[in-house]
Amino acid sequence: MTAKINIKNVNLFYTQFQALKNVNLDIEKNEITAFIGPSGCGKSTLLKSLNRMNDLIEGCRIEGEILLDGQNIYGKIDVNALRKRVGMVFQKPNPFPMSIYENVAYGPKTHGIRSKVKLDEIVETSLKNAAIWDELKDRLKKNALSLSGGQQQRLCVARALAVEPEVLLMDEPTSALDPISTAKIEDLVLELKKKYTIVIVTHNMQQATRISDKTAFFLLGEMIEFNETETLFSIPKDKRTEDYITGRFG
Amino acid sequence: MRARFDIQLEKLNQGVTEMGALVEEALEHAIDALVHENREVAEKNIEFDREIDQKMKEIETLCLKLLLSQQPVARDLRLISAVLKMVSDLERIGDQCADISEIVLTFPADSEKGLELKYISLMADATRKMVTESVDAFVKKDLELAKAVCEYDDVVDDLFDSVRRNLITAIRENMEKGEKIIDILMIAKYFERIGDHAVNVAKWVIFSITGERNGCGYIGHDEDMKGK
Amino acid sequence: MTLNMYLKYPFSLFLKVLVILATAVTCFTLLFLIGYILLKGIPYLSLDLFSWTYNSENVSFMPSIVNTIIMVIGALLISVPFGIFSAIYLVEYAKRGNKMVGVIRITAETLAGIPSIVYGLFGMLFFVTSLKMGYSLLAGIFTVAIMILPLMMRTTEEALKAVPDIFREGSFGLGAGKLRTVFRIVLPTAIPGILAGIILSIGRIVGETAALIYTAGTVAELPKNLLSSGRTLSVHMYALSKEGLHTNQAYATAVMLLGIVLLINMLSTMMAKKIEKKS
Repeated sequence: MTAKINIKNVNLFYTQFQALKNVNLDIEKNEITAFIGPSGCGKSTLLKSLNRMNDLIEGCRIEGEILLDGQNIYGKIDVNALRKRVGMVFQKPNPFPMSIYENVAYGPKTHGIRSKVKLDEIVETSLKNAAIWDELKDRLKKNALSLSGGQQQRLCVARALAVEPEVLLMDEPTSALDPISTAKIEDLVLELKKKYTIVIVTHNMQQATRISDKTAFFLLGEMIEFNETETLFSIPKDKRTEDYITGRFG
Repeated sequence: MRARFDIQLEKLNQGVTEMGALVEEALEHAIDALVHENREVAEKNIEFDREIDQKMKEIETLCLKLLLSQQPVARDLRLISAVLKMVSDLERIGDQCADISEIVLTFPADSEKGLELKYISLMADATRKMVTESVDAFVKKDLELAKAVCEYDDVVDDLFDSVRRNLITAIRENMEKGEKIIDILMIAKYFERIGDHAVNVAKWVIFSITGERNGCGYIGHDEDMKGK
Repeated sequence: MTLNMYLKYPFSLFLKVLVILATAVTCFTLLFLIGYILLKGIPYLSLDLFSWTYNSENVSFMPSIVNTIIMVIGALLISVPFGIFSAIYLVEYAKRGNKMVGVIRITAETLAGIPSIVYGLFGMLFFVTSLKMGYSLLAGIFTVAIMILPLMMRTTEEALKAVPDIFREGSFGLGAGKLRTVFRIVLPTAIPGILAGIILSIGRIVGETAALIYTAGTVAELPKNLLSSGRTLSVHMYALSKEGLHTNQAYATAVMLLGIVLLINMLSTMMAKKIEKKS
């Protein structure tokens, strides 16, 4: 088991409705894996299962196993500790209505870091890793909501990095951003791959081809095809995959 | 979905079919002019090459436009990039047909029609077969036919070797016809090159269908590599 | 739209006139009310009314003001924490569709609709008599606290619900637990809304008359302790007008009441702005 995350025979139900059907997938360390598929295919659902954010949804039930470094995350574990290891960046940038500094410091403070010196250091490192330190270093006390959309999203990345996760989950992180902000975040993600394992849900086919190493195609809750990105996009094995990526349906 | 894109892809397919037809026609005329030593046909053929060049430019432009605007992937990408490469090989075939016709124009007008041309007509037929079938393979998306074209290139290469040998013998027997014989050798070489270009077309047809770039095996002009 | 365009669409013109008219009537009524009271009352705002000792000559409302302040602070001290925490439970902790939540909500809505005189009666029977508090500020405080509890609960609930879920998701995503998420992210964001609820409550308390007559009583002097009876400003105004001897001073008291309510509103709004700026 060299994979960072093993998804084994996962079935997920929202009360009666089955959102994921027998999904099996391995996510390798220090790679970018993309989940693609039409709306409602289950890709975001699967992503949220990886850090148990689905627990927040009433009536959500999951069968099967999801292993992080060999340990089942749906077993007896501390969910908060899991979410420290598996961070998340959401589709719509969601900085807290606080200062930039406080936003980034929130995570570390949650996990017990109190010393101002250490927090200052973490804030600086995280903002640097998110390639936004230079832009923000002189206005750390400003309210985060005063930033532009692209900056807010990079701030959210910094915030997620501040707790030093091992895996970063990104749910259509650039769908609400302009092309330049999108490009900055894509460059960022490619850099981050060196230290983190990244799973990204995207509707943008070209984005998947630009940044991901492997891609999984989902349809109606099933994983149809999973392969090296270049192969999946040039010689897909399943007709449904080809029809989707060439835009003939979906 | 993507109806407009599909219409443009259809236009692309048609363009290649039409260009294929033009090239086949050019080859037909070149062979005709050669075998019957018909100067008129040769002259018209040289002019005809312009149409082929024009057609290639049209198809190229459409390909580049589609690459830019449609961001194709998978089979669409393979088709468009294959077409882009194919039309340049087809255009080269057209050029070579024109070159053959130019050489025909240099034959002395009242020369004795001799045996020399006999050897070359077999090669001409074989080449014509290859060009027709490679274009056919594209039109019908026929993988087997494309592979057959690749293999048939050996036949053309063998024919070139026999033509060469025969022409050497012919020169020895009749030194006066030396110039013409050397020109015929050049024409044979052109036919062999046309065969190679037809193989390239077949190779790109295979790529557009399966995504393999080496579906034809090694394509080259190095005799040693072919293990002869 | 220009007048010419309006003439083409007479119904639009009619509606616009109607709307302007309605606004005018409303504003006018409001201004008239305030103006009338001010006109009638300001001339009688003498210094006598502000003296610390009450006697039947100066009919000072100073003690009443003190009582009012005690009432407000006391009632808020009780109902605000209970209201906020109940709302937090209902919004953040209770499962959706839980029957209990529905029951609590209906109870709160019902409580909010009960006429204040009924509260007064209840307060009198329970706090004043059964618990033997007698007519006292304390009885009044408890009664009024129960009255504004549903209001605090509802406004806090609305304020909490107005906090976008994406903030909560963001917090959970970082590994924070529910407690931290509620108290560090949701509650601070909801403060402006909660403050609005508090202002509303203060307004209600200051204006409360019927319930307090039966619980806090009508003693006009400064209270000795919480168990003493004492009238608030609105009760003072009621008493003055009922007696009929000091109608003018009643108007003056009304002016005072208006002034206090206005002041409270302004202060709270300023506070809310400050808190928003800080966050």
